[in-house]
Amino acid sequence: MSDRSLLEQLYQSIGVNPHDLWGRLDVARIEIHANRVLGVHLVPGLEVEAESRAEGIAATIAVRPGARLMHPVQVCFGMIPDNGVQQIELRIEIGAGARAGVVAHCTFPNARNIRHEMNAALEIGPGAEYAYFERHVHGAEGGVLVIPKSKVVVREGGRYQTDFELIKGRVGRIEIDVEAAVEAHATADISARVSGRGDDAITIRETAHLAGEYARSVLCTSIAVRDRATAEVFNTLTATAPFARGHVDCKEIVQGEAVARAVPIVDVRHPKAHVTHEAAIGSVDAKQLETLMSRGLNEDDATDLIIEGLLGEKRQRLD
Amino acid sequence: MNTILQLRDIVLTLGGKRILDGLTIDFWEGHIHALIGPNGAGKSTTANLIMGLAGYRNFQGELIYQGESIADWSIDRRARAGITLAWQEPARFEGLSARRFIQAGAKDRSEARVCEVLEEVGLDPGRYADRAVDRTLSGGERKRIELASILAMEPRLVLMDEPDSGIDVEALECIFGALKFFKQQGATVIMITHSLAVLRRAEHAFLVCCGKVVNKGSVEKISRYFEQKCHVCDDRTPTLAELEDIRVGS
Repeated sequence: MSDRSLLEQLYQSIGVNPHDLWGRLDVARIEIHANRVLGVHLVPGLEVEAESRAEGIAATIAVRPGARLMHPVQVCFGMIPDNGVQQIELRIEIGAGARAGVVAHCTFPNARNIRHEMNAALEIGPGAEYAYFERHVHGAEGGVLVIPKSKVVVREGGRYQTDFELIKGRVGRIEIDVEAAVEAHATADISARVSGRGDDAITIRETAHLAGEYARSVLCTSIAVRDRATAEVFNTLTATAPFARGHVDCKEIVQGEAVARAVPIVDVRHPKAHVTHEAAIGSVDAKQLETLMSRGLNEDDATDLIIEGLLGEKRQRLD
Repeated sequence: MNTILQLRDIVLTLGGKRILDGLTIDFWEGHIHALIGPNGAGKSTTANLIMGLAGYRNFQGELIYQGESIADWSIDRRARAGITLAWQEPARFEGLSARRFIQAGAKDRSEARVCEVLEEVGLDPGRYADRAVDRTLSGGERKRIELASILAMEPRLVLMDEPDSGIDVEALECIFGALKFFKQQGATVIMITHSLAVLRRAEHAFLVCCGKVVNKGSVEKISRYFEQKCHVCDDRTPTLAELEDIRVGS
């Protein structure tokens, strides 16, 4: 299969017309299939180095200090075959005072026996801003194991925001682990939204250490599980500096024989720090359900709509 | 006048207490009705029972809609037959946009129709269509969006529980505007209220007390009666003698 055909299939699986993207010279993009980089388009201020490995790639993405990328970098990675391994080693460096965003699509539309691992190390420079959105699109079989791990350092005055979404297709098994060290006057907002069914298994660990004065963080997880799916969420927020502020929020909707568990840990080690947490696990709210049913939706459709709202599919944007 | 909904000798007991105690009312098609009475009289319970909400389905008596018993119908079946309810305190939906909420029950799900009904309730579609119907909206804004969703549904029978609760004067005017719209569309409205301002927008009024209709008639008659005699019910359940006095007075 040609590279172009592979790329078209990858984009088709995420509902994006690649020709719209390829026609945008002002939008940077990186396209990866299995262990090969099939396409890279850069814009001023952005540097990418990538090398193929036996079962994946290693890449460094850097945004030069002071550079302001006008549009999010579009990243598309995944595998078209139904089995295989993809390991991605990623280093992201956002220079001091730079601003950048990434919209990543990770797709395994035909997965039956796929293992996808990502180990990312990120450094958000002083006063830099970095926003990362990752959408996973899996097939109907659920035969995929996804293990994304990120270690993030947000330097003084930096802003880091990440949002993970997996609400289309079956999850299979996913083990997300994000850990951020947040320095003075910096922020880290980490969120994940995942919908599981069948025998899907979801484990999410979000951790932030508020190590500097006025450091801020919000850890937010929204999960819906039905059938026999399971979800475990471990959110840990540690504050060791004065005026550090944080909040942990976990919402899980459980249907059928599914099981959900939330373990929020709030660890405050300075009297002038303040951290709150909120966790809600349960069935769909009865009043919401009855409101939608009083508009004519049956119970299943009303439940789907409530979950759709909770998990909130985001629109893909190029600008 | 055609009767669209009949309640016959409805008895409902909740938590060991008889909330509705032989309630009998006929509602006329295309008319605006008000159920007025003190707190705890059974007004909201009546609306919930008509809508078929959980906890309000195990009652005695007859509930007839357009000539057919609907006692065994689910909420959504009743809604598809044209019955709907505007809650006293509308639900919050985290992440669900006003657009999706309105489209959920709309007959016409087009963007143009969503904009039209938002404008009908005085909300700018450009500002509100994409906003989540959640805690970031005020109570009045949520009430208006709920009303917009009901307008889009084009119902035959609208139950409005305390339409003036928790809203400002401007929002109340929108609700009164919607009443006119329902009237023009030939829909029937049943408002639950203990507000005389709302009562005066109705064409027929029923005074409910202790789960019964104790008086009915024109809005003028019932509002005068409510103002003059119903103070006995404001803070406590009236005695049998007081109830009898109310009946004699009618």
